[in-house]
Amino acid sequence: MAGISTASVKTKGYLGALALISVLLGLYWGLWHAPPDAYQGEVQRIMYLHIPSILTAYLSFFLVFIGSCLYLWKREKRDDILAYSAAEIGVLFTALTIIEGSVWGKPTWGVWWTWDARLTLTAILLLIFAGYLMLRSLTEDENRAASAAAVLGIIGFLDIPLIHMSVYWWRTLHQPPSILRPDKAPWDNVHPAMLTALGINFIGFVLLYFYLLSQRFRLGEINEEIKARLLSRNH
Amino acid sequence: MNFLNQTLLLLKKDLILEVRRRENLLTMFFFGTLLLFVFHFSFDLVPERVVEMAPGLLWLAFLFTGTLGLAQLFEAERGNHCLEALLLSPMDRGALFLAKTAFNFILMVLVEIVVIPLFWILFNLGSWDIIPHLFLVVLLGTIGFCVLGTLLSAVTLKARARELLLPLVLFPLMIPVILGTIRCMEAILRAGELGDALPWLRLLIGFDVIFLTVGILIFDWVIEV
Repeated sequence: MAGISTASVKTKGYLGALALISVLLGLYWGLWHAPPDAYQGEVQRIMYLHIPSILTAYLSFFLVFIGSCLYLWKREKRDDILAYSAAEIGVLFTALTIIEGSVWGKPTWGVWWTWDARLTLTAILLLIFAGYLMLRSLTEDENRAASAAAVLGIIGFLDIPLIHMSVYWWRTLHQPPSILRPDKAPWDNVHPAMLTALGINFIGFVLLYFYLLSQRFRLGEINEEIKARLLSRNH
Repeated sequence: MNFLNQTLLLLKKDLILEVRRRENLLTMFFFGTLLLFVFHFSFDLVPERVVEMAPGLLWLAFLFTGTLGLAQLFEAERGNHCLEALLLSPMDRGALFLAKTAFNFILMVLVEIVVIPLFWILFNLGSWDIIPHLFLVVLLGTIGFCVLGTLLSAVTLKARARELLLPLVLFPLMIPVILGTIRCMEAILRAGELGDALPWLRLLIGFDVIFLTVGILIFDWVIEV
């Protein structure tokens, strides 16, 4: 058993420190440096957290899909751990996104929640992957749990475009994109300090995400090691 | 034995079991009827409003009865290591998936054939001539439900409290089918034809095709000893 190599611990330490610095820098930039929004005022600053958290959540669910496919194909335990870790953190970031969105929605739209397409889609994503975590914790046989969850991870990911389509046809009232607009370049429409704040926060969140993922992944590996050692002791 | 023969054989096994025991069909049928009564007491359904609410209510009734059937879908195989024996036999597991899907589909359709006219009678709806159209849409929705439902019924097979877990993982993934079927049914009830609900019908067909294919391909990994 390889144990925890000091090199990887060090790398993770650097990653964590870097994540912390960039998140703090992003917060400073977003909360103080960037100007308040012309219409929405100070409350718009939630966007600096809101957009990075949902983007990292999407990244997470994509990783669940990749991990699930790889696991079914190669049957390597580490791919399963990757999918499990990514799902857990993805649920966390999705929940955060919804909470941040509600806090922003109350003063801006006047309601905590509205059945807008993007909100509904995010809530459904949360439910799907909460179900994924439930399935894992309720299946006792480890290998069964891993392959069942992998199948669910793949089905869930394939279903997202269909859910997306149906929910969008059903209704849309989200604010139209103000950064990626077809008629204007991003820097014409949005104050540069706002874009910088968003950019720094995004980088910070991605770093934070990978830091959390690496820690959670390591936890899964340690779990496996303990099980393997217990097994060899009993024989 | 080719794929189709295997499927038919497995389906025949389930149908014979069902004809002898009659437990699934009867419980599903009575539950569906019961739901109509519950709806009647829960909502004040005057004839003008029934037309508006009928699609949602009907489809909810089918969704719940269908889930009841799905929870029991692999019950016969769970005891006495029947599943292991089935998996040991030299057959394509895609055929098992198709047979189970078809079995649940047949049960649900039998329930629907009775419950839809019953709804019309109980709630005094006049337009009997649209029922065939409506039924076609319901069929497409039912296919989607059974395909994904069978897949997830197998996924949750070894879980604790699986009857509780199944709807939890199933319903969020079923949103396209729920929305699509209800929108198509609404259009038919309103205008007697699909009209602008045609994209929804395409979505339904797409959903059915995608998950039928995925199910046949992926079922090898879904169900293993």
